[in-house]
Amino acid sequence: MTPKRKNRLMLVLFVIFGGVTAVGLGLYALDKGVGISIFYSPQQIAAGEAPTDKRIRAGGMVQKGSVKRDQSSLKVEFVLTDYKQNLNVIYEGILPDLFREGQGIVAQGQLDSEGVFRAVEVLAKHDEKYMPPEVAEALEKAGVDASGEQLESNANYQLEVSQ
Amino acid sequence: MNMLKKQLMPKWFYQMASPKWCYKITGQLLPIFGCAALGLLLLGTVWALLFAPPDYQQGNSFRIIYIHVPSAILAQSIYITMALAGAVGIIWKMKIADMVAYACAPIGASMAFVALITGAIWGKPTWGSWWVWDARLTSMLILLFLYFGVMALYAAMGKPSKAARATAILSLVGLVNIPIIKYSVEWWNTLHQPATFTLTEKPAMPVEMWLPLLVMLIGFYCFFATSMMLRLRTEILSREKRTAWVKELVTKSSVR
Repeated sequence: MTPKRKNRLMLVLFVIFGGVTAVGLGLYALDKGVGISIFYSPQQIAAGEAPTDKRIRAGGMVQKGSVKRDQSSLKVEFVLTDYKQNLNVIYEGILPDLFREGQGIVAQGQLDSEGVFRAVEVLAKHDEKYMPPEVAEALEKAGVDASGEQLESNANYQLEVSQ
Repeated sequence: MNMLKKQLMPKWFYQMASPKWCYKITGQLLPIFGCAALGLLLLGTVWALLFAPPDYQQGNSFRIIYIHVPSAILAQSIYITMALAGAVGIIWKMKIADMVAYACAPIGASMAFVALITGAIWGKPTWGSWWVWDARLTSMLILLFLYFGVMALYAAMGKPSKAARATAILSLVGLVNIPIIKYSVEWWNTLHQPATFTLTEKPAMPVEMWLPLLVMLIGFYCFFATSMMLRLRTEILSREKRTAWVKELVTKSSVR
């Protein structure tokens, strides 16, 4: 490589690393300041990391068996969990098609004084696992989820049986 | 010094620097990639839409991944190609590299656009929202704007050599966005799910679902190669129009 080309290579590397450093530090500051993550987990909310005076998003799994629908209105209550902490959510409105127990969701709303999350919008968060309906059925019968882990409900059931 | 220079890059790299040689070789490669793209995209589309099984939760709406995922991967690959070609153009002062970078920009922009649009169409029924400002979606939008910026900057500069240098620096700075897009779903909480398709891990879906996706992905790459070479060849002819070989080529083909 001629010295001239070497100089230009250095310029290119300098531009790339300069850009990476600047953007990296900027993103780090932004994440520490306002937060880049779109939602807080129930654990973060329980630890007081989420602001209570403004609208936030909370994300987690809808706990199995926790969904209570009001018969006369669109009001729905459920428990949002990350399997470490739980958060009670109240929402009034239309839920997305993929909303179901055991599925991930992201709710937008505000914490009230009793620590209940008053949601104004509920979005379904689906995972990267796809499978045909027959496979899902077979897996459910076998009592395992898509990654081959024991399902919670079946695990409990088996525990009771063995006792 | 001369010895070292010769060994640094393979022979084809220096041959590529000749517009005439490049025009000839792309002319030979073009039909191969063109046929491959057409065949693979047709096969992949039919397979994905008619024969791949529906998803147990999303039903048939999940089939949009067969467009969404390849176009999103391509948008990023094309950006890397464009930035690397720009770097080669700066370091080796290679005209062909400048032209490759120039040819890449609109193709990459349209891929990013397709990925964003299909994502929005998919997002409405599955998430319940067309758009959320999460890290993955926002960084992908920034990628589209980077493409627009590169194209606008190129159009604004008069001299091609000057324009190539300026756009190369812009695209190299923007290169930082690529790892941000890739790891956004891991670094932060996002509504967007983690990667469906990676080279290193077993895909989180059965073979009959990911095989058509792989076919579509390779088809998209062949399509990119075809359209890029087409644009590149036009660019070579228009920039080299004063040279003897182009004049000879044009007069020969007009006689026929």
